[in-house]
Amino acid sequence: MSDALLDVTNLTVRLPVGTELRPVLRDVSLRLEAGESLGLVGESGSGKSMTARAIDRLLPAGAEVAGTVTFDGSNVATLSGSALRRYRQQVAMVFQDPRAHVNPVRRVGDFLTEALRLNLGVAAEGARRQAVDMLDQVGIDHPDRRMRQYPHELSGGMLQRVMIASALLTKPRLLLADEPTTALDVTTQAEVMAILDELRHQFGLAMIFITHDLELAAAVCDRTAVMYAGQIVELRESERLHDDPLHPYTAALAAARPDIARTAERLLAIPGRPLSAFEAPSDECAFASRCPFVADICRSGLPPLDRIDSGASRCFRAHELRGRLSAVRS
Amino acid sequence: MTTIVPLEAVEVGEVSTRGRSPWQRLRETGVVGMGSAAVLLVAIIAALIGPYVTPSDPNLPNISLSFVGPSAGHPLGYDYQGRDVLSRLLAGAQSAMLGPLVVVALSIAAGVLLALVAAWRRGAADSVISSGLDILFAFPAILLAVLATAVFGAGLTAAALALAVAYTPYVARVLRGAALRERSRPYVAALEVQGASAMSICWRHLLPNLGALIVAQATILFGYAMVDLAAISFLGLGVQPPTANWGVMIEENQVGIVQGYPLPALSAGIAIVLVVIAVNLLGERLFERQ
Amino acid sequence: MQLRFFVRRLVMLVASLLIASFVIFGSLYLAPGNPLAALSGGRSLPPSSLHTLEARYHLDKPFFEQYWYWLSNVAHGNLGLSITLRENVSTLIASRIWTTAGLVLYASVIIVVVGIGLGIVSGLRPGALDTTALVVTAISAAIPAFVAAIVLILVFAVKLGWFPTLGNGNDLVSNIRHFTLPAVALAISSLAIVARVTRASVRAESGRDHVQTAISRGIPTRALLRRHVLRNAAIPITTITGITIASLIAVSAVVETAFSLNGLGAYLVQAAQSKDIAVVQGISLVLVAAFVVVNLLVDVAYALLDPRVTLGTRAQ
Repeated sequence: MSDALLDVTNLTVRLPVGTELRPVLRDVSLRLEAGESLGLVGESGSGKSMTARAIDRLLPAGAEVAGTVTFDGSNVATLSGSALRRYRQQVAMVFQDPRAHVNPVRRVGDFLTEALRLNLGVAAEGARRQAVDMLDQVGIDHPDRRMRQYPHELSGGMLQRVMIASALLTKPRLLLADEPTTALDVTTQAEVMAILDELRHQFGLAMIFITHDLELAAAVCDRTAVMYAGQIVELRESERLHDDPLHPYTAALAAARPDIARTAERLLAIPGRPLSAFEAPSDECAFASRCPFVADICRSGLPPLDRIDSGASRCFRAHELRGRLSAVRS
Repeated sequence: MTTIVPLEAVEVGEVSTRGRSPWQRLRETGVVGMGSAAVLLVAIIAALIGPYVTPSDPNLPNISLSFVGPSAGHPLGYDYQGRDVLSRLLAGAQSAMLGPLVVVALSIAAGVLLALVAAWRRGAADSVISSGLDILFAFPAILLAVLATAVFGAGLTAAALALAVAYTPYVARVLRGAALRERSRPYVAALEVQGASAMSICWRHLLPNLGALIVAQATILFGYAMVDLAAISFLGLGVQPPTANWGVMIEENQVGIVQGYPLPALSAGIAIVLVVIAVNLLGERLFERQ
Repeated sequence: MQLRFFVRRLVMLVASLLIASFVIFGSLYLAPGNPLAALSGGRSLPPSSLHTLEARYHLDKPFFEQYWYWLSNVAHGNLGLSITLRENVSTLIASRIWTTAGLVLYASVIIVVVGIGLGIVSGLRPGALDTTALVVTAISAAIPAFVAAIVLILVFAVKLGWFPTLGNGNDLVSNIRHFTLPAVALAISSLAIVARVTRASVRAESGRDHVQTAISRGIPTRALLRRHVLRNAAIPITTITGITIASLIAVSAVVETAFSLNGLGAYLVQAAQSKDIAVVQGISLVLVAAFVVVNLLVDVAYALLDPRVTLGTRAQ
């Protein structure tokens, strides 16, 4: 029934910690059309990386998954063996720390051509030529020489470009980018982000872009989902997120970001500490303990993710607070 | 045997022993750890009082009792010369346990000293010490011990000294690395600026910080020293018969294995294996889990 | 860069061999007791004969001259004369070296096949087999070669009669039969250590982030294990196996003695007991050389396997 490329419905994941199962994702639902980009924003521990891992079936052993992930009409949970591998070839992943995510004892060329040769049966020379082309496209000089080097001979920024190149080489349909620029220094961040954005459009790729940076997500993505304590608390078109937030947490995130244009005396920090999904209460709003707008209703039960205009918010008071939230900023 | 290997493998990454009493830590090691500790305790008691509580004279031969099996009062029977095996086992515990202790103490002392000097002085002193250690690495422990007994004559002293020398580079290499890391911490520079003497910084700060690693090394080393010393005695180059020693007992009763009287040799072998397993397991439980 | 590393290691090898030879010669030179007394076998000889002996063994020369003389002879393959057997030490070593080499090689094969094999299987498959392997290796790591020797003789030679108890064989098949128990005795504790390190390395490598990357790209499991998990685990496994095998060279003395094998180690022990200085010197030198060469090979293998190593040694 779904014509979306990716359809995540009521995804709940619990991971074994010691002897108990702790929830990390709670009732996450999202849809992604082909070529569309979605930002996934939240503090560490909010479940944004776990969402990507659950989509790519990369959860640790013993994870308990409820809900469905449907990709191009087929249920991802039922895939196994070669079908699962074919699925993963269509969903490419770019990780946060390229240094750790590229095998240090294999040459850059091997890393780039591995999937082409082993999965798509491209001959060695053809794979090499494609890889050199792609390195050129991600802006790496002397691609021939780089191919023969080892990862430790490349800088972090260059290695992340290699990772992006390798993700694009197998012509996937969905890109999961898990904080691809967080580990890089600021000037490199912008370059890598620009290359990622440009090539994504050029290849017509759908993308889930994970970041803790609300503004960055808004700049790159069509829509943005804000996560808190394992739940999506707001889902919105990116351009409206900043000026017309529907959830107090989104507003607080926006306010906590330093803004070079403003000379605020001091940044507005969110009081309290972010809750992990397993600490969050199941009978009230997860943000209630830190929310400046908390009211009795917030403690009355778990708020549903209600549609508001073209977006959605998991806040009981979303309608009455609308318009007042962005004022938190100034 | 001289597989000194794990000494390097066990470059105990995070040895944390903070804030808990030894007894608490022992209890956290569970059944295996407590069992190992019990075996060790028995061996230590045997080493301390064994020679004085032997049920029979461990050195009194009686050829008519040669390889006679267990009987009342002689639960392990008699050895090839008709001596009581249990008595010899008890009497032999002393050299079997004390020898390795001396080896460990010497090599740890030398290793710590070299590591601290190398880490403190760095530069030329470090290069000299490191190259010296590299050369010592060329001598396998058993070979050095055999060489020493060839020079000074067979005996426990020469063998133990040689083993201590052979183990020193392994201790020093690991501790030097740890000491260098500690040396480069900002607090050491701060102490230097405040005018603390090198001796006092090494003694009061570096050494205590290496403490857990040193104890872990000593534990591992004890097992190796025990096996290697027993091997030297087994080769006839260590403790000399008729003095009782576990290695000697295996050597002199080896003939019983083929003749169908395995107990005298086997009991000494089992004693060694039990103590080594106990030391290894206890060390592993104490130091390799957080 | 790698060439520089190899050259440096080679120079270090020659240097440590030279110093080792000096230590071996020097310590035995300093040994208490008059070498002439050993030469004459305790008999009192007329002064003229003593002079002849002194001249023949260069005992009348200063220390460094004696060392130099000995060293240049060693370089020409002449290790002197055995005092007890009155034979050329080089000849005696040549006739025994294959026993020791064969024993160490056989044990190495057992360690590589069983130790690494067991480690990989239990590293990749947690479960009953893995738990059993952990217990068994914890015990066998603590079994000294001479204890293993008596147990193996008791069980497989005396009780079951599958293997001969003592001595070398005289053709290939009987050689293998004669060497099986000694090789197992020599291998047993090293095997356990190699298995444990292999298991730990395979576990550690399986959990690396870059393995996640490969999984996320849909790389087939076999290729994943071969190209990433085992390829990377091969670095610590090769190192531990190498140093373990190097250590067998000296321990072979114990096993040869226990099984009455006619090898270098057993001969060294006899020579040490009878103070046959030339033999002790010669065999020590050969064993030290073998030990450092194997260790050099380990370092070379390490440098070849790990591209991050250019200079420096395996210890950080």
